[in-house]
Formats: sequence, structure tokens, C-alpha cells
Amino acid sequence: MLTNSKPHEHLAMKTNRNLIPTAAAFSAIAIAGYAFHLQGQDAPAAKKQDAAASKAAFKEVYKVLMHPRCLNCHPNGDAPLQGDDSHPHIQNVKAGPEGKGVFAMKCTNCHQEHNLPGANMPPGNEVWHLPKPEMPLVFEGKSPKQLAAQIKDPKQNGGKTLEQLFHHVAEDKLVLWGWNPGDGRTLPPLSHEEFTKQMRIWIDNGAEVPD
Amino acid sequence: MTTLTVNRKKHDVDADPSTPLLWVLRDLLHLTGTKFGCGMAQCGACTVHLDGEAVRSCVTPLSRAEGKEITTIEGLSSDNSHPLQVAWIEQDVPQCGYCQSGQIMSAAVLLREKPNPTDEDIDMGMSGNICRCGTYQRIRCAIHRAAELAGAGAKGGAK
Amino acid sequence: MSGKERIGRRGFLKASGLLTGGLVVGFQVPLGQRAAAQAPPPGAGKLPPPNAFLRIAADGSVLVLLAHSEMGQGIWTSLPMLIAEELDADWSKVKAQHCGVAPVYNHTAFGFQITGGSTSTHSEFDRYRQVGAMARQLLVQAAAEKFGVKPEDCKTDKGVVTAGNKKATYGELAEAAGKLPTPEKVTLKDPKDWKIIGKDTKRLDSPEKVNGTAQFGMDVQLPGMLTAVVARSPGFGGQVKSFDSKDALAVPGVRQVVQVPSGVAVLADHYWAAKQGRDKLKIEWEEGPTAGLDSKKLREEFKKLAGTAGNKAAQAGDAAAALAKGKILEMEYFVPYLAHAPMEPLNCTVKLSADKCEIWSGTQLQTVDQGVAAQITGLKPEQVEIHTTFLGGGFGRRATPVSDFISEAVQVAKASGKTVKVVWSREDDIRGGYYRPSFLHRAKIALDEKGHPRAWDHVLVGQSILAGTPFEAAMVKDGIDATSVEGVADSPYLKEVPDHHVHLHSPKTGVPVLWWRSVGHSHTAFVMESLIDELAHEAKKDPVEYRRELLKDHPRHLAALNYAVEKSGWGKPLEKGHFRGVSVHESFGSFVAEVAEVSVSKEGILKIHKVTCAIDCGLAVNPAGVKAQMESGIIFALSAVLHGEISFADGKVQQRNFHDYLVARMFEAPLIEAHVVPSTGKMGGAGECGVPPLAAAVTNAIFAATGKRLRELPIHVDQLKTA
Repeated sequence: MLTNSKPHEHLAMKTNRNLIPTAAAFSAIAIAGYAFHLQGQDAPAAKKQDAAASKAAFKEVYKVLMHPRCLNCHPNGDAPLQGDDSHPHIQNVKAGPEGKGVFAMKCTNCHQEHNLPGANMPPGNEVWHLPKPEMPLVFEGKSPKQLAAQIKDPKQNGGKTLEQLFHHVAEDKLVLWGWNPGDGRTLPPLSHEEFTKQMRIWIDNGAEVPD
Repeated sequence: MTTLTVNRKKHDVDADPSTPLLWVLRDLLHLTGTKFGCGMAQCGACTVHLDGEAVRSCVTPLSRAEGKEITTIEGLSSDNSHPLQVAWIEQDVPQCGYCQSGQIMSAAVLLREKPNPTDEDIDMGMSGNICRCGTYQRIRCAIHRAAELAGAGAKGGAK
Repeated sequence: MSGKERIGRRGFLKASGLLTGGLVVGFQVPLGQRAAAQAPPPGAGKLPPPNAFLRIAADGSVLVLLAHSEMGQGIWTSLPMLIAEELDADWSKVKAQHCGVAPVYNHTAFGFQITGGSTSTHSEFDRYRQVGAMARQLLVQAAAEKFGVKPEDCKTDKGVVTAGNKKATYGELAEAAGKLPTPEKVTLKDPKDWKIIGKDTKRLDSPEKVNGTAQFGMDVQLPGMLTAVVARSPGFGGQVKSFDSKDALAVPGVRQVVQVPSGVAVLADHYWAAKQGRDKLKIEWEEGPTAGLDSKKLREEFKKLAGTAGNKAAQAGDAAAALAKGKILEMEYFVPYLAHAPMEPLNCTVKLSADKCEIWSGTQLQTVDQGVAAQITGLKPEQVEIHTTFLGGGFGRRATPVSDFISEAVQVAKASGKTVKVVWSREDDIRGGYYRPSFLHRAKIALDEKGHPRAWDHVLVGQSILAGTPFEAAMVKDGIDATSVEGVADSPYLKEVPDHHVHLHSPKTGVPVLWWRSVGHSHTAFVMESLIDELAHEAKKDPVEYRRELLKDHPRHLAALNYAVEKSGWGKPLEKGHFRGVSVHESFGSFVAEVAEVSVSKEGILKIHKVTCAIDCGLAVNPAGVKAQMESGIIFALSAVLHGEISFADGKVQQRNFHDYLVARMFEAPLIEAHVVPSTGKMGGAGECGVPPLAAAVTNAIFAATGKRLRELPIHVDQLKTA
């Protein structure tokens, strides 16, 4: 009642925000991604690419990726976040070596294969987990530029081509959970359909990294 | 009818498959050592082992437990001889005692996966179990002690 | 004790199968509640009837009946220690059990049966020792007759009487001892001969609490019993206008839906069905008196009140005149409402028949529960039997002066005609009221040339716990609820201030409030020990030295302070970034000092590394238990410091469960080093006294670390950010 702060943060462990690539790395990644993209498309040359449209589309994509339904499981560090204020999971949960929790605190000890009815009840689906430590897929704290560069980089996105990335966001069960998050949880600002459409535009126009 | 295996004993249970395992254990099988504290996996008082994992039975549907091995606090030992029980008594851990079944069931998984846990491991493994009496420090000591006891046991109990 | 006062050849209470056959010192075995009700309550100069408190069986086992409820605080161990000491019992054969409800078990100071005020051990210190001594005397006499020697020639140790080479166990002597008349007077041991009292003793209740067999109220199962949950008004005091139970009754397992004064009860075969049924009830509510209740507005009202004169709680000299000259420091402190949130949600099982009402519950207030149940059922109090189970935490919540959760269950049993266990969900518990009242303090203080306070005006604004309860007449005097101002009005610091004035406003808000572990001290210690720290800073003095100056005529405060300070290494270098804060406070007759060691990151992340605690409680019957209570109190207080807050918007409580009413967890728990100060002072309590000093010890350490003075709880991370 007194402030809007996150009361859970007092004792939370914070890790270094040390995953920000250098500017040089960005451009290298951007170029590599672009070249890759050209090779990976059926008839890319036939279609004129609009860099500005790509960047604009990513800004829409970014809004979704930074929404708590997506961001909370892509934290900066090894602890998942919770709620629309993205506070650290209050039970001191850690991703562990498999991204599935540790010891008596494994994800599926509480999270079932489906959302449980009722506000603030544990959400769930068949594959509830966090990114593995070797592929941390951090969204938290990233600028549009940083995030675009990261998600198109196979070294940082789990070895996915842009097409595979598209299929991932279009079809992955955990991604889709973001639009079916259980009672009382807010939805990302774009519908899933609109989100994939913007993703398509971003990719088809060169998966440009916004400035 | 759902057939459940609890503490190595089979039970036929007539309840809706979505019924939380907690209430099946407590109200149908009368295994009341597993406690109700929050009903939403916040406090850990209802922790039992499902195929060896420390699930929160208050949010675990009966359907998920079918065909799996369930162990409750009553099944941990028949005579308070489990190293955790020995250590808990030795360190005077319980106060009101209500949360301790869940604490011990969580600690059992921690020790199985990390026979000599550090304080940080204990923070990670045990922060899902609330104790309003504030016995955390004694739980920490007792887990270290149980690790010692179990280690001694594993070495053939050599003195 | 005269022959008349003895309970004739009748005993009390069923011996619960724990001990069968064999004695019973003094009298015969059990009857029922009716016989118990005829036994006299405790009184000055009277010896207690030992059979009410002690049984010795033929196998030598010793059963101690507890007139107080075990809720974690350890009386299951400390009270038997008192009897065992005088009895020279074999500790390994001692067991404990809760008693029923009867005047003979009334609190020796309060006059009714209650567990509260951190009084259990010291209020029973004489009674339980006397019982042990009487029993020993009877056993010795029986042995002397058996051996053909004089009682003076007999020795007792570990449950055995010996005389020369003759020996007999208590179990062998119990029957004969039980036929002897009880002694008129007894001699208690010289403390130097104690073998049990004052020694670290392990809890007697651990074995059953580590294997799931300990019986809490929640675990009660009776033949034919249904489980009920009650839909209560979303705002305090609301009434059911109308309800539709059709859908609820359609839930498999739901058996009955009945209206009771507090709402609508759904009775079912088990909890889950009852809860599902409740979710399907359609109820129209008549809003209660707290419609529109809003925390922000309440706080504004409290602030306004703080600017006006309240009822006088303490006064010396003329504070207003003294404050009219020189520099004045003005500080405002605020704490929110708090829920007790014991781990075991409230519950009560009731079996009602034409001439008897049986109640099973973990309760702290049996006499009141009994009276309330009698009123509801139309039975006589002695027809109401209470089986006190283990309490899964109490912290005061299980001692409501109106017996809310007991009376509701009796109402449900009455309305339904069923044997029923009423279970509260966690949401019901968090939203069910009976909170620690929110308080606003405003202090104006002027210092003299030594930097000591010379004038002090202190106004408190917060609800009275006792107003409107049966305790009001005894404990609210001239508009002052003693529990609102304890810790300020009687502060050792204020005693030394020539011009001081403490006043109190007790606004009525409609929020049900209650004692919460350490009651008024839960906020007054935070405020007073923060203020003293502020004054030390203003006076440019070390917080410990400053306190020593002000408390020079308060030896027990000093003893605790000095002990904790020394053990904490105060003044010695700390790890980089770590800082200490100190606090000392008297409550419930004990004196506790705590030193907190903290660090605060630039991002405002607070870590409490260690708390060093020292308590002077006079004699500690079980020092191990006292230390455990210090640890417990510190963690309980920590929850309130870091997280605890009940707030209201639009007439409703905003929190529901442990996800939004957070409590301290393992990863937040500091290392705690608790010490018992050797003391010959008057015995005090232990259950609550560890709570009060913690908040200020932490916020004073934060001040040392950051220069930020936190004047409200809980702490918010935003307040601590420096980057």
C-alpha cells in the first residue's frame, strides 16, 4: 500500500549483467545473420527487402518478448521471475543444470502439465522449464538492438536458423503458453497471430537489428 | 477408481481425477502427517515424494499420481530411524511442528541429490518450505548433521 | 491443602490410553469433565490437587498434564521439567499431555485457562514444582512403609526410592502412594540441588513431530464427521442477504449447506468437495460497517489524529513548555496491520449431542471457548468438553476474546446437526481479520547539553485490541489500553526524561484486531529503539555508549545489552560493507538485546548476515528452549520487517495467501546466536520477547550502512537504493 516497489527484492541474489555484446560483435552478427538469411530463403532475391519495415516489426516483436509472460522465464541470472512486476520467484528458485530446478525445488514439483484454475495458482504446461545455463537466452534488461542481435544469432539462440526461430515462436508449446497463461494473468500486448506476423515481417525484410 | 501406491501399499481411491493428492492422502486415506498450509504450492507443508521428487501435493492432481510411487512422512521410516529424523530430534528442530513433515520430505530429496550440501544448496533446496516458528537455522544444522549420519552409515557405520 | 479441598476419591480427565492401570498419585482414575469442574481453581496459599496434573503408572511412566497449550514455545517440555525436578523422576519416562478445560487449570495469575503473555513457565513455576514435590513425598511415604524405615531415611533419584539396600521404583510404589492422603505442605528443593531445572533439555514432542503422528486440530477424524468450509463476508462484519446453494449441493461429496451468523457453511465428505462447493455458492452480501475501508485513507486519518491531544498514558513535568524552547527533533513512524498466519490454518471440530458439546481444536483460550460454546448450545459450561490438540502455531491468533473460530464451528454443528470439522483455507486466514493493529507514532524530542533527551512528547495512534472485549474492564483504564502503549509509557528512557508526555488515540475502524506475538511491543520497541538511535546520532555518540548512559539505572537492560554487544564483537572490524545495529527492549518481564549485522547493495538489496541476541529472563528453566524462542522470535519479527503488510482497498483485504503476504524463508534467514544471560532476577517470559528488538536492530544497522533512517515497516527495496 505504501509504495509500488517489489518487496521481494531485498535479499534476492543479483548476478552481473555481463552479457552485453560489444558494438563490433553486433555488426558482425547482423551481417552474418543477413547472409544466412539470404541463403536460407527460397527466393529471397525476388522480393525487395525493406530494412525500415524489418526494424519496425522487431519493435513490435520486442514488446512481446519483454512482456512478463515471456521475459519472466528469460531472466538475467539463474532465477526465474514472477508476476507483472517481474520479481524474483519468491521461493528462491534456481534454474539448475537442466533449467528444470534443483533438489526439492524442481519446476514440476509445483507446476503441472496445465494451468491450475484460480488466481495466482501455479501455471504450467507439459514442458515447463527455463533456458539451460549454457544457452541462457536472456531477455531481461536487453534493448531492442541487443535482443534482436541475440535472437538471430545461432550461437545465442540455441542454434536456430531464422526459419527455425520462426517455427519456434509460432509453434512451441511454452511460447504459446504466453497467450494461455491461466486465470488472472495479463497477456502480451500483441495477439499471437499478430506477433508471428510481425516476426515474419522482421525476418522477411532482413531480420534487421534496430538502431 | 484410481489405484495409488502410498508407502509401498496399494489403495483404491474413489475421487475425481482432478482432486489434489493432498486431500486424497489426508481425508480419504487418513494419512494426516502430510499437512495443508496454503493450497497453492507456496508453503511446502504438503510436500510428499512422487517417484522420488518432492512434489507439493496440494496442487498435484490425483491423476498425476496414478501408477507412481508416493512416499509420505509416514513412509520415511517406521521407527524415526531415518538420518533426517534422528538429526531433527538431536538438533531440537521442531517447535509447533506443523511444517516439519514437509521440511523433512524436501530435505530428503536435497540429501539424495547432494549428500553433502553447502549452505547455499540448503537455501536453494529448502526455500520452498515455510516455517512460521522460524526453525530455519536448526533445519540447516540438522541437514548438515543428517548428511554426516548418512555418510557414516554409507561407510558401513564405521566409527 | 485441607481434606475438603482434595478431590475426594475422584479424578479428572481421561488418561487417553497413554497410561493405563497403576497409579495415579493421590487418587483414583478419571471421570469426566463434571468431576473436574468441581475441583477448585488455584488460589493463594493452596496446594494444587496433584491428580489434576500428574499420573504415575505401574510401569513407572510419568504423565504430566499441561494446563497450557503447546504451540511451539516448548511448554510441553518446560512444565514437565518442573514436576520431574521435584519428583526426582526418570526423565526418560516422562510424557506430557494437554489437560481438558476446568477451573483447576486456570492460569495462576489470570484466573482463567489461557496460554498467553509469555507466562506459561513462570506462572506454573510454583504449582508444577509443588505437584512434583507432593507426589515425591507420597512415594517416599509408601516406600518407607514398605521398607519399614522412616521417610527421612529414604532417598529418591531417577524414579527410584532407596533406603540402605532396599529399593523400589515409582511404578511399584504408585498404587500404594495413591491411597495415602495428600500432604498438607511440601518443601521444595534448594535450587543448588536442581538436576533438571536450568539444564538444556531436549523437547519431549520432537519424536512425534518428525514422523507425522503429532495430532493437530486439522488431523482430527471422527466417525461420521463431515468437513466444512464457510463463505464469509468479503468485508468485515458483512451479513448474508440471500444465498443460492443449488450449484454447491450439486458438487459430488457436498452433503449440506447451512447459514450461520458468520456466513454460509458447506459441509462435505472431505475438504476438497467442501471448497469446490463453496466456490459455487451464490451469495448476496449486506455490506458491513467497513465498506470502503482504505489503508491510505486510514493512514491520513491517523496522521490527522496525531496532531491532536489524545488520552494521557504517561506524564511528568510539562513537555509542551519544555519543547517550546530550543531545537526540537520531530519524527513520525508507521507500521501496518499484520496477520499472524500460523502454519496450521484455523480449524475446529465439534460433536454435539443433547447434553454434551465436545470440541477438538488447537486453542489458547479454553475457558472463553467453553463459555461461548455453552452460550450457543444452551448447555452448561461443564457440559462443554475441550480436547486441546497441538497448535500449528498460535502467535495470539488462537486466543480471540470472542472465540471466533470455535464459536463458528459450534454454530455450524448446531445448524447442521452433524459432527463437523470446520477448516479455514489460507485465504480465509489471511483475510479473516484479527490483525496486529496498524500504528502511527509521532515524537517531538529536545536534547540537553549532554545530548540526553530533556523533553519528549509522544503520541500513538492505533486501534485498541481490548476495547469491546471481555477484557476491557480489567485492562483499559481512563481510555488507555495498556497493550497500545506498553513499551512507550513504561519506557526506561522516558523515566529519565524530566518533561515527558505520552498520549494515545484509539480510533475505531471496524477492523478486527488482536494480540500478535509481543502485542504492543511489536511496534513500540521498533519506534523507541529507532528514536534512541536517532538521538545518539544527533548527540554524536556511539549507539551502544549512548544507551549505556541512558540506562545506567536499569541493570537488567544493561546486562542484556552488554552481553549481546560483547558477543557480537561490537566495535571490532567487520567484513567490508557490513554494518551493525543494536536494540534492547523489555517485554513480558524479560530483557532482550539484539545486534544485527547487515549489508546493503547499491541496488538496495539488503542482506541480514547475523543476529546476536542476549536475554535476561531471570531463571531459564530450559535454557535450550529459551534460545530456541529467541531464534523463533527473531525470524517471526524478520517476516514483518521484510514483508509483512495487510492493506485494505474498497473495504477488502488486499492479500490472500503466502504469495502476497510474504514471510521469511530459509534463504533470508540470518545466522542467529542466542545467549541466555546468567541472572538471579525475577523470572520473565520467552515466547514473545525475542520479537520486539529485531526491527530496530535491523533498521539501525541499515542506517549505519546507508545513512538512511527507515521509519516505517516493512522495508521496501526502493528505500534502500543508492545507485
